[in-house]
Amino acid sequence: MNRTRASGRTVGGLRTLSLQAPAVTLLLLWMIVPLGMTIWFSFQRYNLLMPEMTGFAGLENYEYLLTDPALWSAMGTTLLLVGWVLVITVVGGTLLAVLFQQDFAGRGIARVLAISPFFVMPTVSALVWKNMMMHPSNGVLAWLAQSLGLPALDWFSSLPLTSIIIIVSWQWLPFALLILLTAMQSLDEDQVEAARMDGAGPLAIFFFITLPHLKRAISVVIMIEMIFLLTIFAEIFVTTSGGPGLATTNLAYLIYIQALLDFDVGMASAGGVIAIILANIVAIFLVRMVAKNLED
Amino acid sequence: MATLQLKNITKQFGDTKVIKGIDLDVNDREFVVFVGPSGCGKSTLMRMIAGLESASDGDILIDGKRMNEVGPADRGLAMVFQSYALYPHMTVEGNMGFSMRLAGVPKEERRAKVLEAAKILQLEPLLDRKPKALSGGQRQRVAIGRAIVRNPSIFLFDEPLSNLDAALRVQMRIELARLHEELDATMIYVTHDQIEAMTMADKIVVLHDGVVEQVGSPMALYHHPRNRFVAGFIGSPKMNFFTVEQQSIGDDGVTVRLPGGRPCTIPVAGEQLASDEALELGIRPEHLQLDENGPLSGQIKVLERLGGQTSLYVQMGELLITIMADGDVAYRVNDTVQFSFAAERAHLFDAQGLALESLSQHPLASLTRQDNRAATEPAAPGAQV
Repeated sequence: MNRTRASGRTVGGLRTLSLQAPAVTLLLLWMIVPLGMTIWFSFQRYNLLMPEMTGFAGLENYEYLLTDPALWSAMGTTLLLVGWVLVITVVGGTLLAVLFQQDFAGRGIARVLAISPFFVMPTVSALVWKNMMMHPSNGVLAWLAQSLGLPALDWFSSLPLTSIIIIVSWQWLPFALLILLTAMQSLDEDQVEAARMDGAGPLAIFFFITLPHLKRAISVVIMIEMIFLLTIFAEIFVTTSGGPGLATTNLAYLIYIQALLDFDVGMASAGGVIAIILANIVAIFLVRMVAKNLED
Repeated sequence: MATLQLKNITKQFGDTKVIKGIDLDVNDREFVVFVGPSGCGKSTLMRMIAGLESASDGDILIDGKRMNEVGPADRGLAMVFQSYALYPHMTVEGNMGFSMRLAGVPKEERRAKVLEAAKILQLEPLLDRKPKALSGGQRQRVAIGRAIVRNPSIFLFDEPLSNLDAALRVQMRIELARLHEELDATMIYVTHDQIEAMTMADKIVVLHDGVVEQVGSPMALYHHPRNRFVAGFIGSPKMNFFTVEQQSIGDDGVTVRLPGGRPCTIPVAGEQLASDEALELGIRPEHLQLDENGPLSGQIKVLERLGGQTSLYVQMGELLITIMADGDVAYRVNDTVQFSFAAERAHLFDAQGLALESLSQHPLASLTRQDNRAATEPAAPGAQV
């Protein structure tokens, strides 16, 4: 009885495997073909402007790239961008979630409005910020500064990375808010009341009850946001084009410069492989952290 | 010393009045149970006492001091929630010591107090566990431990046993009664389970639709219910009610004509009765006896044999009457049975549903739990030596 059941499992495994195969194959090809091509190109001399230069390049592309100060600058920019946006969205999202959990008139509408930036596509929001908010002569921020008697700030030339961080945070804050607000709603009201009976004030309730309750949701927000923030492109493309200089060039944008402005496919592919490795290192740590968090 | 007084407490949510003016005195070291059907306002009343809900009107006095404006933490109360409301990310020790941690009590002192409470509740081996690694009964004990650690003047229990299975509930009931004795504290307990109310209370407060229907000792409520609601609510299975015609009112009680025609004199005071007032007779299932010469008869519809007892559901005209009979009765479904009752066990209710006052008090009606103890102590094994 036991034996057939035990062997039945492997037979069942094979049987289900054959049924899963089409989907698995498709997804595998979907991933492996571009990855393989990228790795292949990264070892080739392949510049669209110099079609006569071909052939195996060995580690030349990597060598050139890793000694290029632009790469390290781009990595630093990427980390700064991801780090700051994460800090702003998680802290801001937590506070807003607490705020929007309170009962007040028009709460439903306020919640929808607060979440709506997430539905604006990145290019559009970047354009809105560039031309209507941060523009040195037409922008709302310039008008605000001038009405206070301050000189208008040319955001994208004097504080380029800060501007990008502001735009991206504005887009991702609603996402954090959405997830954290949902998590807030599952907080057991009895726990809060028990804490009140135990003598906890609003601050103590926040730090001892709310925050530990949100821990899981926060780690999910961090993980998902990080995946998307590592590849921020549209906001940079629309506003600063990676400049001034390399001030706002992150890895994704650097790869774009090499592939589509310098037409150096080989070099861009090498950059891509480095980005993949970087993303995987981050992912391994992150997935471990989140998995541990989800366990307890 | 811890007493509680409620003076004309009301609570309104919008336009709906949930609590409609409640007066209540809770004495020191008393075990008071609020009981009533769901939606009667018993939990709201307790939350107002705790300070989690504000009273719309009236005064809440603890030890004679008005507490309406005092926050929940400063009333000197501790509450055990129905859902236990343990902090899931803290260990048992963290949960129990949380109030002291907030109050800035040093770690050693905290630990000592937690250990002391853990000892009473046999929680010592579990102090390092998180709530999710505990069973329902253990969680319950941690929640009680969290209350004990605060050393409150009054304990509040909000349906603490309703999430436990039947066997555990009986065990925890005994444990709570023991705890009440050990801590010598005033306790207020909310439940919808009348068995919990009957077994644990010094004083039961029966609530219905936001008003107090009756306050009294369990035996007083059982033997002398003030009205039809309390009569039906206390006691299980429910009391049977018959509509009867009144025949005469005399010194020895009110004579009524039973369904089936025979007269019966119930020893209750009937001076204020209007002569044509419709009356209702109430008899508990356990006070009906199978009796071949009994004045009442009906056909058995359902038989529930519990071993020691048998519940008979008997069709009597429109009514389905419940009779608790001996476990060995040989009747079968569709048999016709005759039954009778002792007149002094019956209750009579007027058209407003108020009980007519009994001419004699039941000997146990004034019995409290303290009396119970005094009566059993000489019979304890130690006394035989």
